[in-house]
Amino acid sequence: MNLTRTGLVGVVIVIAVIFQVAVFNLFSVNGVVPNLALIVVVAASIARGPQFGATVGFIAGLLLDLAPPADHVAGRWALALVLVAVLAGRVRSDARRSPIAGLATVAVCSFIATSVFALSGVVLGDHALPAGEMMQVVGIALLWDIVCAPLLLPGLMALFERTRSSELAY
Amino acid sequence: MGNVKGPSLGRPVTDDDGRTRFGSERGGSSRVVVGLLVAASLTVITVDAASGDRSPIDPARSAVGNVLGPIESSTATATRPFRETMAYFSSNGDLRDDVARLSAQNSQLRSEVEQTPLDRNRLAELDGLTTTANQTGYALVAARVVGMGPMQSFSRTVTIDAGASSGIRPDMTVLNNDGLVGRVLSTTRTTANVLLILDTDSVVGGRLGSNMEIGFLRGRGVTGNRGRLDLDLVDHSVTPAKGDVVVTWGSQNGVPYVAGIPIGTVESVFSTPRELAKHAVIDPYVDFTSLDVVGVVVPKKTAGDRLVINGLAAKTGGAR
Repeated sequence: MNLTRTGLVGVVIVIAVIFQVAVFNLFSVNGVVPNLALIVVVAASIARGPQFGATVGFIAGLLLDLAPPADHVAGRWALALVLVAVLAGRVRSDARRSPIAGLATVAVCSFIATSVFALSGVVLGDHALPAGEMMQVVGIALLWDIVCAPLLLPGLMALFERTRSSELAY
Repeated sequence: MGNVKGPSLGRPVTDDDGRTRFGSERGGSSRVVVGLLVAASLTVITVDAASGDRSPIDPARSAVGNVLGPIESSTATATRPFRETMAYFSSNGDLRDDVARLSAQNSQLRSEVEQTPLDRNRLAELDGLTTTANQTGYALVAARVVGMGPMQSFSRTVTIDAGASSGIRPDMTVLNNDGLVGRVLSTTRTTANVLLILDTDSVVGGRLGSNMEIGFLRGRGVTGNRGRLDLDLVDHSVTPAKGDVVVTWGSQNGVPYVAGIPIGTVESVFSTPRELAKHAVIDPYVDFTSLDVVGVVVPKKTAGDRLVINGLAAKTGGAR
C-alpha cells in the first residue's frame, strides 16, 4: 500500500515532465509551455508542507534536468523547484484559504522558479539569453501557469491530501 | 474522510501527523530536509558544471533518457492525430497570410523580371550551390521530433525518435526539407538529442552564396517568428548583401556539419561604430516551431533498424 502511494506520486511527476516535453509543445508560445512540474510541486507543498514539497520538487526538478531534450547543467531546475517548494510551504495556511490565494501562490512561484533558473544560467554561463528575452520568457511562463493552475491545482491538492506522508515509503 | 470530493481549500491547516501549524514541532526536521535538498541541488550543479565534458552526471542522464525517451516517443505518437488537427487550424491562418504575401511578391517579381540579365550571374551561382546540396547524395536516416525542450530552460534542443540503434552518433548533421536544423548532441538507444542552430551555444560555419566568403553563425536562443542567427564574417572588409543565401561551410569528415546545406538568407546587415566588421542577421529557412520529420546525415554504409535513404532521389532531382 505504501509503495503504491509513493508510486502514484512518482507517476504524477513523470507524467508532468513527459507532457511538458512531448505534448504541450503543441500549444507553446514562443517555445514557452506550461510548467506542469512546478504546479505539481506547489500543490504538494501547499497540501503537505515544505518537507514533502521540497522532496517532490527535488525529484521533479532533477527529472526535468535529465529528461531527454535537456542539455543544461543538471540540478538547476532541482534547485529552483526546491526553493519554490519552501516558499509555497511557508504560505500554505494562507494559500489554502481561497482559490485566488492558491492561484497567487502559483503565480509568485512561477516567477521565482523561472527567474532562479535563469539567474543560475547567467552565473554558470550556461545557455544565458539577454535579460530582455529572459524577462519575456518569465512573463509568458507566468501567464501559462496562471491559466493552467485552476485546472490542475485542486485535483492535485486533493490527491496529495489523501496520500499522508507517514504512509509514504521513502 | 467526509470531504473527499472537493479540494481542501478552506480546511484548517494540519501537518503530516494532524498537528496544527507546521513549523512549530516538526520545523526542525523540515528545515534539515529542505537544507539537505538545497545542498544536494547545489552539489549536482557544481559537479556537473565543473567537470565539463566527462561529467559523472552523464550516466544518470543516459539512464533517464533510456527510460523516458521511449515514453516520450509513444506519447508523441499517441497525440499525433490531435497534433495534426491543431496544425491544420493553426496553419490555416498562416496559409492565408502566405497567399497575401505571395501575391504581393508575385507582382513585385513580375516587375523584376525586366531586370533579369543583371541578376543572371548571381542566379547561376546560387543555382549551382543548391544543386550541389541536392547532389552531394548524403545518406539520411529519417526521424520524427517527439519532444521539444521548454523555452523556460533557455536551451533550444529537441528529441528525435531515432537513436544509437539506427546508427546515429553524436555530432551528426540534422536537416529537413528546408535546410539545416542542427546537430546531434547525445544519443540513447532509441532517441537522440538535437541542438538546434538557434541555440546560443550553437556555432555553425557558414558560407555566403554570392561571394563564397566564410563566417560563423551563432544562434540567438529564440524560436518563433523571431528566430534569427547572427553571422560574423572572417573577412571584415566584406559586406554581405541582403537576400544573399548562406550555406554550411562544412568541416573535416562532415563532423559536426556537412558542407553545402542551405541555412538561410541575409535579412539585414548592421555594423557598430566600435568595430570594423559588419554583422548580418540571418533568417533561417527552417521553421523551428513546426519541426516534425527531420533527416540525420549518416555514413553511407550505416546499418541500423531504420531504412537509410541513400540520396538517389536527390540525384535524379539534381540531374535535370
